[in-house]
Amino acid sequence: MTDILLRGGRLLDPSTNLDAVGDLLIRDGKIESVGGKIAGPDGATIVDCTGQVVSPGFIDVHCHLREPGREDVETIATGARAAAAGGFTAVCAMPNTDPVTDNQAAVGFVLKQGRAANAARVYPIGAISIGQKGEQLAEFGEMVGAGAVAVSDDGKPVVSAQLMRTALEYARTFGIPVADHCEDPTLAHGGAMNEGLVSARLGLKGIPSEAEEIMAIRDILLAKRTGGHVHLCHMSTRGSVDLIRWGKDRHIRVTAEVCPHHISLTENEVEGYDTNAKMNPPLRTADDVLALQEAVKDGTIDVIATDHAPHHYDEKEREFSDAPNGIIGLETALAVNITWLVQPGIISVATLIDKMACAPAKLFHLPGGNLRRGTEADITVFDPTAQWVIDPKAFKTKGRNTPYGGRTLTGRVSCTLVGGRIVHSIMG
Amino acid sequence: MGRAAYFTFDMTPAPTSVVLSARAFERTITRMADEIIERNDGTDRLLLVGIQRRGVQIAARIAALITARESVEVPLGALDITLYRDDLQTVGPRPVVGKTHLPVAIEGLNVVIVDDVLFTGRTIRAALDELADFGRPARVSLAVLVDRGGRELPIQPDVVGKHVEVPIGSRVDVCVAELDGKDEVLLVATEAL
Amino acid sequence: MTSPLGKDLLGLEHLTAEQINLILDTAEPLREISERTIKKVPTLRGATIVNLFFEASTRTRISFEFAEKRMSADTVNVAPAASSVSKGETLVDTARNLEAMRIDMVVIRHGSSGAARFLAERIESNVINAGDGTHEHPTQGLLDMLTLRQKFGSLVGKKICICGDVLHSRVARSNIWGLTKLGAEVAVCGPRSLLPNAIHEMGVQVFDRIEQAIEWADALNILRLQLERMQAGYIPSLREYNRVFGVTRERLERAPRDLLILHPGPMNRGVEIDSDVADGPHSVILEQVTNGVAVRMAVLYLLAGNSPRLAEAAKGGA
Repeated sequence: MTDILLRGGRLLDPSTNLDAVGDLLIRDGKIESVGGKIAGPDGATIVDCTGQVVSPGFIDVHCHLREPGREDVETIATGARAAAAGGFTAVCAMPNTDPVTDNQAAVGFVLKQGRAANAARVYPIGAISIGQKGEQLAEFGEMVGAGAVAVSDDGKPVVSAQLMRTALEYARTFGIPVADHCEDPTLAHGGAMNEGLVSARLGLKGIPSEAEEIMAIRDILLAKRTGGHVHLCHMSTRGSVDLIRWGKDRHIRVTAEVCPHHISLTENEVEGYDTNAKMNPPLRTADDVLALQEAVKDGTIDVIATDHAPHHYDEKEREFSDAPNGIIGLETALAVNITWLVQPGIISVATLIDKMACAPAKLFHLPGGNLRRGTEADITVFDPTAQWVIDPKAFKTKGRNTPYGGRTLTGRVSCTLVGGRIVHSIMG
Repeated sequence: MGRAAYFTFDMTPAPTSVVLSARAFERTITRMADEIIERNDGTDRLLLVGIQRRGVQIAARIAALITARESVEVPLGALDITLYRDDLQTVGPRPVVGKTHLPVAIEGLNVVIVDDVLFTGRTIRAALDELADFGRPARVSLAVLVDRGGRELPIQPDVVGKHVEVPIGSRVDVCVAELDGKDEVLLVATEAL
Repeated sequence: MTSPLGKDLLGLEHLTAEQINLILDTAEPLREISERTIKKVPTLRGATIVNLFFEASTRTRISFEFAEKRMSADTVNVAPAASSVSKGETLVDTARNLEAMRIDMVVIRHGSSGAARFLAERIESNVINAGDGTHEHPTQGLLDMLTLRQKFGSLVGKKICICGDVLHSRVARSNIWGLTKLGAEVAVCGPRSLLPNAIHEMGVQVFDRIEQAIEWADALNILRLQLERMQAGYIPSLREYNRVFGVTRERLERAPRDLLILHPGPMNRGVEIDSDVADGPHSVILEQVTNGVAVRMAVLYLLAGNSPRLAEAAKGGA
């Protein structure tokens, strides 16, 4: 394996308070030395990183890679390549596949396909309940033994409070977070977008904020009762933010994620019945967007995760109420976050790296998330000022379902390294 | 179409000549009323139908003259031929649809269609088609205040107020007191020759 | 040149007062055509119109069909049961197939909000929304306004209350947009469980009691209460609905003025409206039906001005 020297970039690792222009040398897949001027060893590949940020590789704790079951929509290989193109050196695959990842064999399959993809690392998340049916607990121990990093019934909420309580208690043995998709199914039933003036005007059934918030506070209270670690997926409302803050103030083990689309877009995107603006939880109001941006800044929200959810073109090219939920996100996440959080001055690039790399590694106990000497060289090089026009046709993911198509965004991944190997580069 | 435009707002008025003054207008209409009575053997079973818009006022004028002379009420109707136009299927703003009203069943009546200007004949073609949808009159005849020639269909008037030779680049404007403030027929040059 | 209405009629929310008045002014003289011996004008001769009804509808489809035939258009009715829609064909494929057969207009009724717009954005033909989900039913709104305008002269300052299941009603939405644009004051009245949460943001007043609505209004537009709403748990029973919200003669007799009574039909007599109100002297329900044909003729006439295919045919065949 050849040595790689990243020369002259802004080395930025909030986990070690590193923020300095300098070189970074990779040898044998590991970070050999960081900072200062480093002389390139003979035969080393030298990458000029002038004007670029050299960051710990991004880690996405929430994506849907569709394999097994819907390989026509995405495979673990195409998903892992899309992740690499988006600067992610590792992604966590949600278990709502067909069949569901609810046993050690299924977990092993995801790991095997991930390794074969040879792009971003793929970590499986196991199901909370067998078949995600919300009835019987899946075998957390065996799944963790096989490589699962968390459990979740994402795509669906854990409806039974008793099951959620048990999951939080049982997960403590294995030290994994229980990630919940917060949605009261009776309130959200049949809903296609946020409930409010826009849904009333468009004649679409709304999903009230309370559908999320009721489940969020239930989970927080159960975490308080059990001492388990609850991770709240894709938070979308001001109310949820307030509830998480309430929980954190009381030192309850609650962590939370937000998606790039929820800190950038509002329910107005649905105007014109654009199915690429349909996802669950739905795009909310401008006030919710403000609250979520503020929560990223003040730490109430721990991580930014994509909820990357590819769908077939034909499934989205139809009546709004019949179209499936979800948008792709791996290849736009950095640009959306920079455009809507960093550029307006809400957070710094360093804080963004914390939300996209350091905190995910810490919360899900994953390797990476730092630029320390001796660690695996999972590194993302990006240009925080590059402007580019989003062209879904150029994406590595099979999905094309994004509301950002045609927009000019700022911030672009230049090069992604996994284990010291360049898995994506546009640096010529 | 033979429908004339009635107002011009040019800052420099085009050379205009008067075809019928108010008094000549009155005399002409009176003569037309007489001819209509004669041609239809009196006023029994007579129905006057004006074509929207100025044909309606002229028909009303004629009806009043007949009433004054014969002491009978002549039924008076109005036809809007917009929906029967043969140039509708071209892209453009839809013409405004006016009111169509026939006060009696036209079956067996002597219907006199009244219009202001007869030009290509296309309006009258449309009016005949429309009338046919209301029933089968005994006879249909045509009375026009001005015949300016230039027919594009085999249609001829039965009663004419005034024949007017219209040079290329000119048009005939008919004004009626009810809509335009005074009775008058003008020959207006639309472009400098 | 384009039609002053644009290519399609999808709803009243985005029309101007001028455009709405143009439709109503055009509809007014067209009422007379239905009184003739031969109830037909040649205006749309040669135009082909497809009535694409994904939802069962007798009243609206018949009204459109009369309007189309009285304008001399050739019409084809497509219902899901008789078409390949039931074989799983998508809406967009169905539409493209129809268009490949050289049609000029599509009248669409569909259970999904936004379906008419979805279609309009994907085909060249004019699209008329005959009701999409719980979004809009513009021609119903227009015929309600034509009826009210005939009775009131002008709608400016008139007080119209829409009663019943506003949450699921496309008629209500079209009425709210159209009436407010023409200067009327609009209120809604019904159980809060059947009103959108954000209703007050749509520029209307809300009455919780039907008695208040009757005291306030010049006209009531009473919506049909679907039996399914009870099954879905929005209200406890039809019986109680009638007792609390039903428009009855006794309630109307206490009103300070005579109220016009409108209903888009079909009526549930004894639920939202009592028979002696529906058949009473102030009911204009049958005039609404008559006006429905005239309004739809007007819309067909005005939109046909923007059909590229008709224009091409005219150029070639002149």
